[in-house]
Amino acid sequence: MTSVVDNEYYPDVIREQIRELERESLNFSALAARPVSRRGFMQATAAVGGGMLLAFGLLGSENAEAQQARGGGRPAGPPGPPFNPSAYVKIAPDGKITLYSKNPEIGQGIKTAFGVILAEELDAKWSDVTVEQAPINSAVYGNQFAGGSLSIPTAFTSLRQAGAGARAMLVAAAAQQWGVPASECTASDSTVTHAASNRTLGYGALATAAAASPVPAVTDLKLKDRKDWKLMGKRTTGVDNLKLVTGQPLFGVDMQLPNMKVAVFEKCPAVGGKVASANLEEIRKLPGVVDAFVLEGTNKVSEVMPGVAIVADNTWAAFSAKKKLKVTWDETNASKDSWTAFSAQAKEAAKGTGAQELRKAGDVDAALKSAKTSVEAFYTFGFISHANLEPQNTTAWYQKDPEGDKLEIWGSVQIPDGARTTAAAVCGVPATRSTLHQLRVGGGFGRRLMMEFASEAALISKQAGGVPVKLMWTREDDMGHDWYRPGGFHAFKGGLDDKGKLVAWSGHAISFSDNTPGGSKRAVNGGGWPSPGEFPADYTPNYRLAQTLQEFHIPCGPWRAPGSNTAAWVVQSFMHELSTAANRDHAEFLIETFSNKQPPAAGARGGFGGFGGGGLVPERAIATIKTAVERSGYGKPLPKGHYHGLAFHFSHQGHIAEVAEVSVTKDKKVKVHKMTVVADIGPIVNLSGAENQVQGCVVDAISTLSQEIIIENGRPQQKNFDTYKLARMSHSPVVDVHFLDTNYPPTGVGEPAFPPAVPAICNAIYAATKHRIRTLPITREGFTVV
Amino acid sequence: MAKVKLNVNGTDREVEVAEDQPLLWVLRDELKLVGTKFGCGIAQCGACTVHLNGAPVRSCSVPAVAVAGQKITTIEGLAQNGVLTAVQKAWIDLDVPQCGYCQAGQIMAASALLRQNKNPSDADIDASMQNLCRCGTYVRIRAAIKSAAKALNGSAS
Repeated sequence: MTSVVDNEYYPDVIREQIRELERESLNFSALAARPVSRRGFMQATAAVGGGMLLAFGLLGSENAEAQQARGGGRPAGPPGPPFNPSAYVKIAPDGKITLYSKNPEIGQGIKTAFGVILAEELDAKWSDVTVEQAPINSAVYGNQFAGGSLSIPTAFTSLRQAGAGARAMLVAAAAQQWGVPASECTASDSTVTHAASNRTLGYGALATAAAASPVPAVTDLKLKDRKDWKLMGKRTTGVDNLKLVTGQPLFGVDMQLPNMKVAVFEKCPAVGGKVASANLEEIRKLPGVVDAFVLEGTNKVSEVMPGVAIVADNTWAAFSAKKKLKVTWDETNASKDSWTAFSAQAKEAAKGTGAQELRKAGDVDAALKSAKTSVEAFYTFGFISHANLEPQNTTAWYQKDPEGDKLEIWGSVQIPDGARTTAAAVCGVPATRSTLHQLRVGGGFGRRLMMEFASEAALISKQAGGVPVKLMWTREDDMGHDWYRPGGFHAFKGGLDDKGKLVAWSGHAISFSDNTPGGSKRAVNGGGWPSPGEFPADYTPNYRLAQTLQEFHIPCGPWRAPGSNTAAWVVQSFMHELSTAANRDHAEFLIETFSNKQPPAAGARGGFGGFGGGGLVPERAIATIKTAVERSGYGKPLPKGHYHGLAFHFSHQGHIAEVAEVSVTKDKKVKVHKMTVVADIGPIVNLSGAENQVQGCVVDAISTLSQEIIIENGRPQQKNFDTYKLARMSHSPVVDVHFLDTNYPPTGVGEPAFPPAVPAICNAIYAATKHRIRTLPITREGFTVV
Repeated sequence: MAKVKLNVNGTDREVEVAEDQPLLWVLRDELKLVGTKFGCGIAQCGACTVHLNGAPVRSCSVPAVAVAGQKITTIEGLAQNGVLTAVQKAWIDLDVPQCGYCQAGQIMAASALLRQNKNPSDADIDASMQNLCRCGTYVRIRAAIKSAAKALNGSAS
C-alpha cells in the first residue's frame, strides 16, 4: 500500500520532509509523551557589536550525516568539529532581541508564529522583539519552505528548544555574576531575577556573558508547561502589519535595483507551442523597449517553456509592447485538451470499474448486492486557478564574472532553494554561485511551490547580457499559465444495511495524468484524491477505490489542501446522500461511521499521513463533530428559510468539522449566512493568526462555488477577474471559529480548514432545496452565490 | 511622451510619462511609491486603489495625464507625521492582513468610505468595499471598519 508521499502531490522537498517525520515516528501521540529530540544541538557565539547569537539545529538523520560528512553539524555532547549553526536568536547589548523566521511568509502568518514560539520559551518581552526573515541557506537552516501546513509541526519543538536554550544561558550568566545557584533565578519579560536578594538583570546586559556560558544539552532543557504560556495561545498581531498598513516595500513586485529593467514574457497560450516567428523588429522600436528576443527555453513546464521576452525601461513600456507583440506559434506539440471531451470520456469511464485498483477491503460487490439501501452518484469538479493577488514575478541578475558567472535572485517563492537551484541550472551557473533573497509572498496557496517564473527571469537576465531584470507577469499571464487545481470526476456506489449503517463503499476517481513537457506521466499534482487511505477507507468493511487517468498536457499543481480540497467535497457530499437515503440524522451517521474503525489492511502503513490516511484519530473527529453540532445548533430550528449542512474532513493533521447555515431563493440564489468551524489542531500558537486562516478558508471555499477555468483547444478560457470570480465582501459570512483544547502536537491550519467548508455548504443547499449539488462550480447547476 | 505635474501626498512632482501610462505605473515605477499594488490591470481587484481628491479610484485604469494637478493620496500618504490614522490602527489592532498584498487598496477604500459615511452599516460596507482579497480577510476588514468608525466618532465628540 502506498503512502501519499509516494505520489506526486507535493514537490520533492516536501515529500522528503514528510518522510523524515515518518522516520521520527511522530505518530501524533499526546504532546507530553513526545520525546525531546536527541539530534538538537546549540552553539552560542558573540554577535558582531557585542551580545549573543544563539545557534540551534535540529537535524534529521540524513541531514546530520550529510553535515558531519562535510565537517558540519555535530550533536550536543562531546566536543567535535565546528558546525554550521542555524541562527534563530540574537540579543544585542541594548536589549533588542532579533528572532529569525526560517520559512517564507506567504500569508500563513509563520513569521509571527515562529517569533511567538521562540519568544515564549525565551521569556522575551514581545515589545523587545523584532522578527526577521532568515537568510536562505539550507546548509544552515535545513529545509526552508512554506507548504503542506508543515511549518508548525516540523519546527514547533525545535524552536521551543532554541528559545529555552537561550533562556537557560542567560539565567546561567546572571547566576554566575551574582554568585548564586541558577536554580534560584527566574526569567520573565527579558529579565532574570534573583528573588531572594531582590536583584534583576536585563537580557541585554547579560547577552555578552551569556554567549560565553556553557551550552546546555538539548536533553537538559526544560520546556514550559502550557499553563505558564504567556504568548502562545493568545492573540498576537502580525509582525509586518505596520509596514503593510503604511505601504512599505515588502513583496517581490516591490523590488528595485539600480539600472534594473522590467521584462515580460509571452508563452504559447496552449502549453507546448513553440515560437515560429514574431514581430521582434517592430517591438524593439517601441518607446521604452530595450530588447526583445526569443527564448528557446528548456521545454519543461517547471523551467522555461519557449516564448518571447521583452525588456523595457519600465513596467508600462513592457506591458504596452506585449500588447503589440504578434507571435506565430508552432502548435505541433501543443496541448489540444478539451474539458468538453474529458467530461464525455469520464462519463464513459464511470461505467467501468476503473483502470487501476488503489485499495480494496472485503467484498464490495457482494455487500452492495445484499445492502438494504444503495446509492449511486457521479460528481464533477472543474479546474480552478490560484489567483494570488500578487501576480508571479521575480527579479534576477545574471552577473558575468571572470571567476565564473553568478546569479542573484530576489523572489516571492514558497521553496526558495528550489527556485534558486533550478534557475541556476537553467542558466548554466553552478548552484554554489547563486543566491536567493526571500521576499514576502503576496499569496501562496501552493502556486509558488512551482517557480518556473524564477527560471524565466534568470534566463532573460542572462540573454539580455547580464542586465538586472524584474520579470512581471500580467494577470492574464498568471491565470493563463497556472498550475491549476485539477478538475476531475468521481463515481460512487454506497450500501447501507437495514439499520442504515455504512457497509459498502466503491469509489472511482477519474483524474488526469501529467503529460506536460517534462512531466511525470503519473497522476497530476494535487489530483482529486489525497491518498488511497482517505476516509472512509478504514471505516467501511467493504471498500474499493479505483482510478482512471486521462492524458492531460497542461500543468496542474498543489492548490490549498491538494487532493483534500476535492476529496472532502465528493466524500462528504456522498456521505450525506447516504444518510439522507437512510433517513438518518447526518451527525449521528458520521459519528457512527467514525466509531467503526476497521482492522488495518494487510500491508497498510500508518505513518505521518496528514493528507488522508494515517493520522486520523476517530475520537478527535467525533469530538469536533459533536462540538460543531452543539455550537451551531445543528438539527435545531433556524430562522425561516435557513438550513444547515454539516461536513468533516481530516487533512494535514487537522481534524475539522464545519456547519454551514444557508438560504436559497426560488431562483437559486445561495446566501451563506454563517459558518461554524470546530478544529482540533492541537495547541494554538497564535490565536489571531489561526482564526484568520480559518476565516480565510471559509471565504475561499465560497469563492470556489463560482470558479472555473474551462479548458478548450488546449487554452484556459478565463484570464482575469472579470470572468474568474473571487468572493467579495458581500459574500463573506459570519464565521464562528472554535479550537478544541487538546494536547496533540500542533499543526498548521492554513489548509485543513478549507476542505470541509464546500461540502458543508452543498449539504445545506440540499437541505434547503432537496437538490443535490454534484457539480462544481455550482453555477453549472444553475445556482449563483450572493 | 508628456510632462505632467502630479500632486502626490501633498508634494508636487513633475514626471515624464507615456500619454496612456496609468497613474499606478507612474506611482510605482517613476515615484517609487510601491505601496499601491498591481493586481489585475482592469479595475476589477482594487489593489491599486488611491484617493483622487479624496475619492477612491483604481489607479491602474486612470491615465496619469488625466489627473494632472489634482490631489492624489496613496497609502504612503495616509499617516501624517508618523501618526497612523484610525483605519490603519484598526487594521493592526484586529490583525487584518494575511499575505497583506491587497491591504493597501482595502485601507484606501475603507478610509474613503469612512470619510463619506461616519457610521457605515453592514449593507453600506458590502456595497462600497468591492476590493478583492484572495486570502479572504473580509470578516476582519468589516470588523476593522466598524472599529475605526467607533474610534473616529469617539474622538469627534
